[in-house]
Amino acid sequence: MKIGVLALQGDFAEHLAMLKKIGADAVEVRLPEHLDGLNGLIIPGGESTTIGKLSVHYHLIEPLREFGKSRAIWGTCAGMIFLSNDAGRDQPLLGLMDVQVKRNAFGRQLDSFETDLQIDELSEATKDDAPYHAVFIRAPIIESVGAEVKVLAALADGRIVAARQGRLLATSFHPELTDDSRFHKYFLSLAA
Amino acid sequence: MEAKKSTWTEKKGLAQMLKGGVIMDVVNAEQAKIAEEAGACAVMALERVPADIRADGGVARMSDPDMILKIMDAVTIPVMAKCRIGHFVEAQILESIGVDYIDESEVLTPADEEHHILKHNFNVPFVCGCRNIGEALRRIGEGAAMMRTKGEAGTGDVVEAVRHARSVIGDIKRISAMEEEELMTFAKNNGAPYELVKEIKELGRLPVVNFAAGGVATPADAALMMQLGVDGVFVGSGIFKSGDPAKRAAAIVKAVTHYQDASILAEVSKNLGEAMVGRNVSQMPESERLAGRGW
Repeated sequence: MKIGVLALQGDFAEHLAMLKKIGADAVEVRLPEHLDGLNGLIIPGGESTTIGKLSVHYHLIEPLREFGKSRAIWGTCAGMIFLSNDAGRDQPLLGLMDVQVKRNAFGRQLDSFETDLQIDELSEATKDDAPYHAVFIRAPIIESVGAEVKVLAALADGRIVAARQGRLLATSFHPELTDDSRFHKYFLSLAA
Repeated sequence: MEAKKSTWTEKKGLAQMLKGGVIMDVVNAEQAKIAEEAGACAVMALERVPADIRADGGVARMSDPDMILKIMDAVTIPVMAKCRIGHFVEAQILESIGVDYIDESEVLTPADEEHHILKHNFNVPFVCGCRNIGEALRRIGEGAAMMRTKGEAGTGDVVEAVRHARSVIGDIKRISAMEEEELMTFAKNNGAPYELVKEIKELGRLPVVNFAAGGVATPADAALMMQLGVDGVFVGSGIFKSGDPAKRAAAIVKAVTHYQDASILAEVSKNLGEAMVGRNVSQMPESERLAGRGW
């Protein structure tokens, strides 16, 4: 299993470390040719405007869209925004997932938070039903989802923070900043 | 469970999101938009860039909160702002207006020549400058959730940035190779908290993100700092004191992403117009150097 991590900007090193910890072959992706031979791709946390602009400049938008038609992609935070088809403002998006997101939905850094989530699909896939401890940093939320999108997790107030559309996965929070590798294992099962 | 805010994970986590990126000094909303458009991962809001602070002389203080708020309204990326070393009330003010990160910075005139701010007392995260591993670990001990090597701000001369990055990264390598019983003596000799020296030994790196700052003026300078092993780059006067700020800013962003690819670095270095004029640090009297501020 060979997984790429988009390494234009953000916390790609944390994703690479987690993938290696669970035994996956993990490589950095900066140019279109780096996508060859990958089973799946992670788009990390970072600044979605920076990642989007660099993707446009280095001709990654179309290759990433093509990749996402047949293979697994997981976007965390900025990566979720980049996967969406509507971020409420003019910025480069892949438009692969039929979700509308709201950036900085909780406010500024002082409003960033950690909390526990119950995520049934994750518990079933990993045979571990311990609560999932999620780290949100200037996080986006999913405001609405299309018919083909399954909501995986929501906060107590109902705001959507994780969703899946086929092999495409989006999380508002950062599993790569924790010691819990369940989300990365779950993603490997989607990429297989 | 109840949601928890302003934890250590949250504070250092935002800096992790900035990695591989460029943080640019901006003095108004228009510059902030140019920086965001160029691909900056965050901006530093301040009234005067370091080159102008040098030229103007006098006391350099925290910027007008109204000016910082206008920049916060103008862009969606994180906004940082500077307070003076030891000036915890300036920090309280910056926290109250909701900046995303505070830089307790030697570029401003220090308010306390013995003590830094106890940054663990704040909910907002802090970044601080360092010249060496002891200074870095003292700041982290006080609660800094991100470091930057100081370099010499407002000069456009990268030599001090290189010196400080080599010092910090070199000592991390030395600590990693030490026997356990050598760590306490290293801590003593460098004025560094012992627990943090032990943490470096375990992690093989600083426990927080470390950017380079102070003198980066070209894409090649930025890539040099990345190849030396920093996580990202601050560019102060180097962008808006150059001939074509938008183009130079975008080029430095690309250089930080593709820092190992010399052909891309050559491409982005073409036709950028005039770099900032710069000042040669080796010919600068000690009294004009900012990096020595910090205790």
